Amino acid sequence: MGSIDGALLDFKRMERLAAGETALHRLDPRAKLLATFVFIGIVISFDNYAVTALTPFFIFPVVMATLGGLPPRYLIRKIALLSPFALVVGLFNPLFDREVLLQLGGIGITGGWLSFASIALRALLTISSALILVGVTGFTPLCRALEQLGTPRLFVVQLLFLYRYLFILTDEGIRLSRARGLRSFGGRGLGIGSFAPLVGHLLLRTWSRAERIHGAMLARGFSGEFHPSRECRFGAKELLFLGGWSALFVILRLYNLPQLLGTLVTGIQP
Amino acid sequence: MSHHIVEVKNLRHVYPDGGAALQNVSFRITHGESVAIIGANGAGKSTLLLHLNGALLATDGEVRIGDLPLTKKTLPAIRRTVGMVFQDPDDQLFMPTVHDDVAFGPLNLGLTGPEVEQRVHDALERVGVEHLRNKAPYNLSGGEKKRVAIATVLAMSPDILVMDEPTSGLDPFARRQLMGLLREFRHTKIFTSHDLDMVLDLCERTIVLHEGGIMADGPTLELFRDEELLSRCRLEKPLSLQGCPVCGSPARTS
Repeated sequence: MGSIDGALLDFKRMERLAAGETALHRLDPRAKLLATFVFIGIVISFDNYAVTALTPFFIFPVVMATLGGLPPRYLIRKIALLSPFALVVGLFNPLFDREVLLQLGGIGITGGWLSFASIALRALLTISSALILVGVTGFTPLCRALEQLGTPRLFVVQLLFLYRYLFILTDEGIRLSRARGLRSFGGRGLGIGSFAPLVGHLLLRTWSRAERIHGAMLARGFSGEFHPSRECRFGAKELLFLGGWSALFVILRLYNLPQLLGTLVTGIQP
Repeated sequence: MSHHIVEVKNLRHVYPDGGAALQNVSFRITHGESVAIIGANGAGKSTLLLHLNGALLATDGEVRIGDLPLTKKTLPAIRRTVGMVFQDPDDQLFMPTVHDDVAFGPLNLGLTGPEVEQRVHDALERVGVEHLRNKAPYNLSGGEKKRVAIATVLAMSPDILVMDEPTSGLDPFARRQLMGLLREFRHTKIFTSHDLDMVLDLCERTIVLHEGGIMADGPTLELFRDEELLSRCRLEKPLSLQGCPVCGSPARTS
């Protein structure tokens, strides 16, 4: 089952990227988290038909990915994997909303297509910024930032464990499905009938492994609290980062930059 | 230094499914001793080890570490004293990087900043893997994982080191290296193993478990010469005590 293997490797690669040592990586996770929140909040606050006004926002993911040294190909692949879910949301807009809102070289563009494009852009922007956030921060520091910002610890610990268990679960899953594959000789094995015990088995295996890991954690004094190993401080750099980006987002929200540029160049008022 | 003493009295453990894993197990291990617990599969070795740091609690009987009886109340103190290295290092390494994993214990002990860094550095250097500090545990080889797992425990500076099958799954070279490392430790050491040659090299005392009870407890070499005892417990003389099957040269005698 190459696909599970691949997905797991991808996850691990994300972790490795997040362990980088750029200035962006060293920034306090809270600053990056808040800036991304502001970004996502402002991007989704645009009205249904906004398209041009959204384009300048690509500066955020592009700059962040470049500063964080994230490989663009890897990011594009991940985004491509996730975007179909978002695109399905807007799939029916062109069918229902047929009012022509825009003439582009004699072709009438309906509101449906505009809102579809808007949804697609927003999906790209939000997915890429969230991915990049994880890629330049790492999941564990992000959880810590959430906790520092006031999220109840119970939720944060749940999230952390969820993430850990994900690796364990996929690892066990890979082994089980490999064992099944090796003895079904390219055929379908015993078909769907063998999957119920397989899944049950997976649960039990994961369970006992999780118990052993928990035991190992307790043996090293775990008391329900994760301690930061990289000291972080919300200092001037963080303030500048958060303030700078937020100001830019607000300006881009208030003024439609591409339209202004167009007006400036062509002299035609919209 | 009485806190290096491990004392087990009439320990009995019954699993929730009703199977008795240990019965009437008693021994006392004193400061600086290196003791092996051997026995066939299912003899109760791992169950016994899990009692030594409270991962399992006794059904009957008592476990004392130093001056403290093992109870829910004394667990934190006991876990600080007894460092446990699990058989499968994958169970032990759960943080994103080697550094974070080794720092996990000291951070839980309430240490901060430079102190933690010092402990992480010392522990990693001790087992010779300082260069791996920023790697992810799942990218390491078996031998490296084992060393890191030991470092995670050393970083908490335990007085007693408990290891389940330290040499299992290692290649001969990594096994030798690990044995050299373990020999240097001045802790009280308790191992379980099927690697009887390692036991012979590292442990002056051996406890033989059979079907949940203690069959023998004494000097390692003496027990390993008792073929009748070994075969009754589904064990075999270590290779270094057997004559050479190829050239016929006699076995080692000491």
